[in-house]
Amino acid sequence: MSVKPISGPHVGAGQRVDWIMRRVIIALMPASILNIILFGWPTLYLGLVTIASAMLFEAWCLKLKGVKALPFLRDGSAVLTGLLVAMSLPPWAPWWIGVVGSAIAIILGKQVYGGLGQNLFNPAMLARVALLISFPIEMTTWVNVTPLFTGPGILESFGILASGVPATDSLTGATTLGAIKTGFSLNQTVPQILTDYSGFLALIGWERGSLGETSSLLLLLGGFWLLRQGIIQWHIPASLLLTLTILATIFHGYDPDHYLSAWVHLNSGAIMLVAFFIATDYVTSPNTPLGQIVFGAGCGILIFVIRSWGGYPEGTGFAILLMNAFTPLIDHYIRPRIYGRYRNGKPIDISQP
Amino acid sequence: MLAIFENPRLRGGIHAEEHKAETSDQPIALNLPLPNKLYIPVQQHVGKPAEPVVKVGDKVLKGQLLAYSQGTISAPIHAPSSGTVIDVMECPAPHPSALPIRTIIIETDGLDQWRSTIIPDDPFALNAEEICLRVGAAGVVGMGGAVFPSAVKLNLGRTNKIHTLVINAGECEPYLTCDDLLMQERATHIVSGIRLMLRGMHAPKAMVGIEDNKPQAFQSMQDACRDFPEIEVKQVPTRYPMGWDRQMLRYLTGWEIPADGRATDIGVVIHNVATAYAVYRAVCLGQPLISRVVTIAGGAVAKPQNVEVLIGTMLSEVLTFCEVDKTKIARLIMGGPMMGDALPLTDVPVVKACSGILALSAADIEEPEVQPCIRCSSCITACPVGLLPLEMASRIRVNKLDEAVQLGLKDCINCGSCSYVCPSNIPLVHYFKYASGELFKRQQMEHKSEQTKRLINDRNDRMERIRLENEAEARRVMEARAERARKDAEQIAQGVQP
Repeated sequence: MSVKPISGPHVGAGQRVDWIMRRVIIALMPASILNIILFGWPTLYLGLVTIASAMLFEAWCLKLKGVKALPFLRDGSAVLTGLLVAMSLPPWAPWWIGVVGSAIAIILGKQVYGGLGQNLFNPAMLARVALLISFPIEMTTWVNVTPLFTGPGILESFGILASGVPATDSLTGATTLGAIKTGFSLNQTVPQILTDYSGFLALIGWERGSLGETSSLLLLLGGFWLLRQGIIQWHIPASLLLTLTILATIFHGYDPDHYLSAWVHLNSGAIMLVAFFIATDYVTSPNTPLGQIVFGAGCGILIFVIRSWGGYPEGTGFAILLMNAFTPLIDHYIRPRIYGRYRNGKPIDISQP
Repeated sequence: MLAIFENPRLRGGIHAEEHKAETSDQPIALNLPLPNKLYIPVQQHVGKPAEPVVKVGDKVLKGQLLAYSQGTISAPIHAPSSGTVIDVMECPAPHPSALPIRTIIIETDGLDQWRSTIIPDDPFALNAEEICLRVGAAGVVGMGGAVFPSAVKLNLGRTNKIHTLVINAGECEPYLTCDDLLMQERATHIVSGIRLMLRGMHAPKAMVGIEDNKPQAFQSMQDACRDFPEIEVKQVPTRYPMGWDRQMLRYLTGWEIPADGRATDIGVVIHNVATAYAVYRAVCLGQPLISRVVTIAGGAVAKPQNVEVLIGTMLSEVLTFCEVDKTKIARLIMGGPMMGDALPLTDVPVVKACSGILALSAADIEEPEVQPCIRCSSCITACPVGLLPLEMASRIRVNKLDEAVQLGLKDCINCGSCSYVCPSNIPLVHYFKYASGELFKRQQMEHKSEQTKRLINDRNDRMERIRLENEAEARRVMEARAERARKDAEQIAQGVQP
């Protein structure tokens, strides 16, 4: 019998951190597997290298910190961060891009703040933005869809992992958003640029892009599954997607030649990945439902602004980091109302009902 | 738009594994053998402890007064069975600390002989003051766990113009079914108790809230209330902590009690359903509160059931009656698994507050390791009060108690919903209890240092006054002396001159 004083509750829901992380990883699996099928062995190798290096960096940091690494490695957060970094990379990027990305995500993005739960910015997005600014060529070389068994073989793929995509135009092209940016600089209009754009192929993922950008459909399904499992709440994805849809519809209706339709916005770039997997990151998003709605709407607005008027074709990474910075502020001002008090903390008036 | 976040009728809460089916379909056992010795603590209620009126060696009858209530908030204690008072001494209290508490020990004579009582012919003809008096004299306290003297609440109700009496029959704690069984078996008596309470407060109507996982209890209560339109029986969703009186009130009526107020401020009084039954026994049968229904359940219990137990019976005897395997007990809890207290030993008595005894096996509880907070905000969603448990805990961890108070620590009801859902197994409630204890200690220290300061100041003032008085006296003496000297000199001068 226990003699140590223990406060109630004496039972628990049995939900664990590792259980949550594993669920998120499972939800990302369909999209990841589809990407391996679409882009072949180099993608698989890159993913494995990125995840493995994320775990190594995590273990190293924990060792420096003087704590046992194994219990923390087992919680799955490093694996998830590694996977998310891998999903933000071009599918045939060289191995060192993945390793540098993992290092940025785990060391600068997470451990310098004090580890799990302490970071201000989403580690995977921090890594993506840092890589994009530091290595613009490697980070914007998008290989064409080359399904497994039609592209390079198992051994040949190691060559691609070592040095990236062979520099031949026939193998690579631009993403939809990239093409739009380039087209605008050549004074083309949206319909001219999107002549061979297929909304359906974009939905299922048969397009150029990073792992987290191609299949909106599978990411959406993964997100719905997480919602059903109760791992994430609807507030952030709903407000993010709704805000983006409304803004895109208004501007597209006003000038269809220079603004993308909501469908193209929602199906290109990392929108679904960001809405369901990145913006909903517990650590870097607000705590209250109302705060989450504000956060999601802020992300939606920033994504639209950066895509429409910014210098970069894709704005999700920047939008997330900017809103991450706002999270403490949102949490400070938006708090739940306490029972028997008004929102400002004063007790409610005594009124005979 | 804001309204959907502002004021839903049901906020937060969790749905824990109920474990109620193990005991809810078995009748209340009335055949617990009469113990040889009964251990009756003098403090089983909120307020001042009762003062014993019996001496060692006295013969007492069942229901006889053992200790009278002291002060306005207190309750008397009665003999649960007939026998001899063999000692009044300090015994371990049924509390996690097991600190000693003054206890009257009775050796029973096996006759279980009642004292003579005068039962009113028509209890419903008694006037309000009389009802309150009888409830108070019977030592009835809140049976839901708060153990606040019921008569005090009824009197408050009478002076405060009450329009609604809410009867809390939520019983939201897992495992516990004592109120459920009481309603299933003794609904008519409960309803009599409710009517007496209404009469005792001059209140026009009552509402009974029963969680919808107790359909039989709901049915029997409805049947019992058929002839009394002033009592409304309602089903409420099964969601812990539905039995938090303020949550029950908000769900039933939509009203909210101000943060620093009482239910009576908005014209409501909330009583537990078992209290209503105790009121019935006190007024209609003239029986004081000397026994209660207790749920005995948990993985280590071979025969989980509800038992009518005399106050003062040792836990160990009740456990033996329910065939508990003592080697399998991983944690012994008095009350429910969410808010109950873990007891370090089985040799403590059943008291008025004891709604359940849970002998949980290792499989029922978990002692997982604590992981860092991942800010998943499950605790915020689960909090029925609308607090930020994760923020409060992080402040308390670095000993910033004042910041935790600003975040609403004092509004916390320790319901345990946050700890229950936490995926990192952070003992949030433990933090809050610790902080509340520290704040109380600090307040005591401040009080003490203020007292000391006041005493020192008083002493300094007194010394100063004495000094001034002495000085004044000395001056007066000096002046008088000088005067005398002057007069003498004048006389001498006059004497010399003529």
